[in-house]
Amino acid sequence: MTALLRAEGVAKAFGGVQALQDCTVEVEQGAIAGLIGPNGSGKTTLFNIMTGYERVDAGDVYLGGRKITNQRPQRVFALGIGRTFQLTRIFPRLTVLENMLIATQHGVGRARNPLARAGGRAERRRALEMLEFSGIADHAGALADTLSYGQRKLLELSYVLVADPAIVLLDEPAGGVNPSLIQHLAGRIRELNAAGTTFLIVEHNMDFVMGLCGHVTVLDYGTVVAAGPPGIIRSDPRVLDAYLGVTEEDGDAATR
Amino acid sequence: MTSWAGNRAIQRGGRTLPALAALAVVAVLAVFPLAVTNATVTTIAVDTLVFAAAAVAWNIFSGYCGYISLGHAVFFGTGAYTIGIAARAWHLNGDPVFALLPLAGGVAAAVSVPLGLIALRVRRHTFVVITIAFFFIAQLAATNLSWTGGSSGILAPSPNWAATTFNDPFYYVGLALLVATTAASWLIRGSRFGLQLRAIRDDEDRAAGLGVRTMPVKLAAFVISAIVTGMAGGLWFYFIGQAIPQFAFDPLFDLSVVVMAFFGGLGTISGPLLGALIIEPAQQWLTLQYTNEYLSEILLGALFLAVILGLPRGVIPTAGEKITALRARRGRVPAREAVTQAGQAGQAAP
Repeated sequence: MTALLRAEGVAKAFGGVQALQDCTVEVEQGAIAGLIGPNGSGKTTLFNIMTGYERVDAGDVYLGGRKITNQRPQRVFALGIGRTFQLTRIFPRLTVLENMLIATQHGVGRARNPLARAGGRAERRRALEMLEFSGIADHAGALADTLSYGQRKLLELSYVLVADPAIVLLDEPAGGVNPSLIQHLAGRIRELNAAGTTFLIVEHNMDFVMGLCGHVTVLDYGTVVAAGPPGIIRSDPRVLDAYLGVTEEDGDAATR
Repeated sequence: MTSWAGNRAIQRGGRTLPALAALAVVAVLAVFPLAVTNATVTTIAVDTLVFAAAAVAWNIFSGYCGYISLGHAVFFGTGAYTIGIAARAWHLNGDPVFALLPLAGGVAAAVSVPLGLIALRVRRHTFVVITIAFFFIAQLAATNLSWTGGSSGILAPSPNWAATTFNDPFYYVGLALLVATTAASWLIRGSRFGLQLRAIRDDEDRAAGLGVRTMPVKLAAFVISAIVTGMAGGLWFYFIGQAIPQFAFDPLFDLSVVVMAFFGGLGTISGPLLGALIIEPAQQWLTLQYTNEYLSEILLGALFLAVILGLPRGVIPTAGEKITALRARRGRVPAREAVTQAGQAGQAAP
């Protein structure tokens, strides 16, 4: 199987800080892949580069063999990479359904009448189905501002998914979310994956990552220090080094 | 929070009522000059229509996408000078001058494209400052270029219409412009394009990450807004009869338009309209009443402060909330049902 998404030899510096250095990460088609590493190891920077929010200093990004290096976010999304943000970002002054409709209008086709009413019947139905699937359909008509933190996470995931991207990059989906919702989230991700969506997940919750991902890549100081199935990663000394070198809590999680 | 079905019902109910209200307002405005022939009043009325169209147009850009422009006077003045120069060059007078208004809009659009491409690269305060800079550049240019008439400005053709009905053509053209602009605002707000604008207002980068091509969308709104503002400026100029740089490119124009939109409700359809219909006549009346133009300016500033501090979201959204709250208290939206729904959702997604 070829990699669906591949970052090859990516380097990125912010002033004097080398956030990424010769970083190569691959995600296989149909996988749920994990990306872990201590704080500041470059996970989010890599996400930003893959989705067009940052430009690389060196290296390339490929989606299904096609070079997408330094493409703009709207283009990357149209090509089939969806993402969520670490600090959940929704459109607070739009209704939940309107939030969904922003994304649907692009997955379906492009050259359409811009003055047509937002969201045709089919788009609305799809959006509502997706909200149904994530369990927040009751709030479709409410302003997104009124949602709880967990519901916002679900909304962000839903509107990324409604455009049916080939791969979804999740930046800490379980961060700050209660355990029952984490289970709900993991279930949804498995279900979507079974239906064909590929995932790349950045997460600090090790149980979540190890339970969900078939392949885990570990970043430290902007480079890949290990990659493989979770069973192997868990006991890899380089991974323990990377985590134990930062905080004890993270180290505990990695050895668990 | 309402359920989806409930919200749909509200939307349906919320369609006919505004449509009827809009029809009633247009009908009243259409017969207004027949009922009121006092030239002082109709002069204020024409001025109000011009400013209402400009406020609604400003809101299509700044209200919907959240980029506060303080440079729309550039387009207002451009429209004024376009009519002045074109009418002089082609020796037009009377009704044919009105036919130049689309040209005024076109020239304003042509000016707005490069300005938009520059200013829309930056956001928030930087954007505001750049639009102010454009405004001063335009005023300086109008003062110093030879073909704009310099500091003495340019005279409009003076039609030899009967004094008793002199204001009527201006009034009806202004009304047509206002109705068309409001219709455009309504159409845009509910459209795909309008949704993209409002998404940009809430979180531009996130919108880009969902496929919204932010620059073309922002620029389109900027240009549409400039077209109407240019036409409003052209009409205002023909009506006033003269344009000099500091009045065609007037910082108070921007301030007035912004206060009108904020007062009524930024980003709403009827808000800027309501703001203009209240503030402009009040300002004109005060100026006439006290013959001290600074009084109305001081009051405008005071009103601006009062709105920002007391009604930051504007009359229309605040009133809308109050009505919803009242309805809920009267039991139109069954409170128990709403609570149960919230509870269910809470279980699924706490």
